[in-house]
Amino acid sequence: MTTRLFVPRETTALALGADEVAERIEAEAEARGVEVELVRNGSRGLFWLEPLVEVETPAGRIAYGPVAPEDVAGLLDAGLLEGSATSPLCQGPTEEIPYLQAQQRLTFSRIGVTDPLSLEDYCAHDGFRGLRRALGLDSQAIIDEVKASGLRGRGGAAFPTGIKWQTVLDAPAAQKYIVCNADEGDSGTFADRLVMECDPYLLIEGMAIAGLAVGATQGYVYLRSEYPLAQEIFNEAIARAEAAGYLGGDILGSGQAFHLEVRLGAGAYICGEETSLLESLEGKRGMVRFKPPLPAIEGLFGQPTVVNNVLSLAAVPFILGDGGQAYADYGMGRSRGTLALQLAGNVQRGGLVELAFGTTLRQLMEEFGGGTFTGRPLRAVQVGGPLGAYLPESQWDLPLDYEAFAEVGAVLGHGGVVMFDDTVDMAEQARFAMEFCTVESCGKCTPCRIGSVRGVEVIDRIRAGERREANLALLADLCETMVDGSLCAMGGMTPFPVQSVMKHFPDDLQRDAQPR
Amino acid sequence: MYNSPFPPWTPQLVQDEIDALKHEPGALLPILHAIQDRFGHIPREAVPLIAESLQLTRAEVHGVISFYHHFRTSPPGRHVVQICRAEACQARGARALESHARETLGIDYHQTTADREITLEPVYCLGNCACGPSLRVDDRILARVTPERFDRLVDELTTQVLKVS
Repeated sequence: MTTRLFVPRETTALALGADEVAERIEAEAEARGVEVELVRNGSRGLFWLEPLVEVETPAGRIAYGPVAPEDVAGLLDAGLLEGSATSPLCQGPTEEIPYLQAQQRLTFSRIGVTDPLSLEDYCAHDGFRGLRRALGLDSQAIIDEVKASGLRGRGGAAFPTGIKWQTVLDAPAAQKYIVCNADEGDSGTFADRLVMECDPYLLIEGMAIAGLAVGATQGYVYLRSEYPLAQEIFNEAIARAEAAGYLGGDILGSGQAFHLEVRLGAGAYICGEETSLLESLEGKRGMVRFKPPLPAIEGLFGQPTVVNNVLSLAAVPFILGDGGQAYADYGMGRSRGTLALQLAGNVQRGGLVELAFGTTLRQLMEEFGGGTFTGRPLRAVQVGGPLGAYLPESQWDLPLDYEAFAEVGAVLGHGGVVMFDDTVDMAEQARFAMEFCTVESCGKCTPCRIGSVRGVEVIDRIRAGERREANLALLADLCETMVDGSLCAMGGMTPFPVQSVMKHFPDDLQRDAQPR
Repeated sequence: MYNSPFPPWTPQLVQDEIDALKHEPGALLPILHAIQDRFGHIPREAVPLIAESLQLTRAEVHGVISFYHHFRTSPPGRHVVQICRAEACQARGARALESHARETLGIDYHQTTADREITLEPVYCLGNCACGPSLRVDDRILARVTPERFDRLVDELTTQVLKVS
């Protein structure tokens, strides 16, 4: 009898040795004369357990992790193929692992469950249900469903997706485009990568629905070059979806067309900003454009364009499949549905956590994250990427909600949560925020281009104890100028982490810097 | 002897890459990627060829190449090692790893070791943020890289060369 085993093929699992584990399982099985079928699934996103090996048993899938190559022989001796719980690596039935069980996975319901490239697997797990329904609706009805869901852009700006789509639908043009912003450059985020590596047809389905909704026949995914595996898997998924008629000139025999292509970025953080991204797609330097005109009116190659983040588009198949109201039933206030949180940095149990809006940051970090990796006290948390504020303990009870965060000058952004223990030097982190901006500014506007350079210099003077009070006042002034005077979020938000350090961790700016 | 993993470029080979893609909308980035993927860098002499083919000025092409961190105009070493400098990795000791790497390799970022083995580059997020410090060696990503693990990696990379030559 053949036993089915699952070993993830996903960047983090591979970085922790999943390929070596897979090889060892195959070699050991052969040596023992037992038949195994190895499925290279995606990751469940429980990274502290990666490589997570699962075995299919009559009682469901049983998980083992983290499995090192040298554990494999022992695991087989201990009854891995029967799902035996005698090994300390046994985590029990996968679905019952508390970290997973406590989540509300709507967008990520399939990740780690299926073979990412198997169309059969995708369809068996509700795949293309949303697309099939959309094919029976007219454009306005699709958009109404998205509006009813309350979905807001998951890229950071949190603009209502349905309204953006409506603008594009209403803009008359012969050619319209769907552009997926897959330039997930925020540190502490990996949800886009998980979608593209572990459930690529989900994004393909979401983009095809968007195409039907606004009358766009061409889509581009702008993917960052830092994600080579996502590129490989996603390109293969496009080829297979085309061959099976889910993409191309005649989607599922409907007579409607949608073509999809991946374009690779080239290591510029600013290209995550939508207008820079469009410039880059057009083959130019990724310089920010003035708005208006909005990309929804004049976007890629001057045509009406939907620019959405991966997670926004990946939420759409559920919304069409189950109805906008089913999605809106999750969440709080004006933040509807679920949010993909990514627990990262100095965390014990890092990974992907999909939850309805409204959980507190502390619950997330303690109940899911289990505290810091080093076991030392947690001191600061940066939420929302390199342009997000550092939150001190007094703010950890904030509910995860766009408005609640905005109220304290913080941002949820792309949902990245980066934890730091008490060894962190917050003055160093403030300096890094400015330094990052000097490296990544597109250069178009002065506050960002020059302000960030001056910011590094001023922080260096503060850390050197040079006229500290005067320089702190200057830094506060500089931050304000950048916030008010920058053209886009790069310069406009770079001060957020700096200001949060000045406000909540002032002591670190009063100490002389440790020698670098 | 230094064995480049890339074939030498010629104007004709560069032109072939351009011709294969120049009809695509927004072709410049895909063309630059194709050239660098094939030859390891974008030779300066490619700039006029690209400009001519896409009806751009040389300055425009140069402006694009220099804007993006990914593109390089000189050949890299046999292996490109990128260290993640972003916050999530910092929270797990990336700063110590960075200093260790620069010290042991004897080079700074954007430089190549004298034996042409390793080019060191910074990178801002590899998306491996729960298991840092992270490092990318060519297309392979590694997690939880300690200074000791870095030394073993460098040994491994340089030993492979000895086997080849």
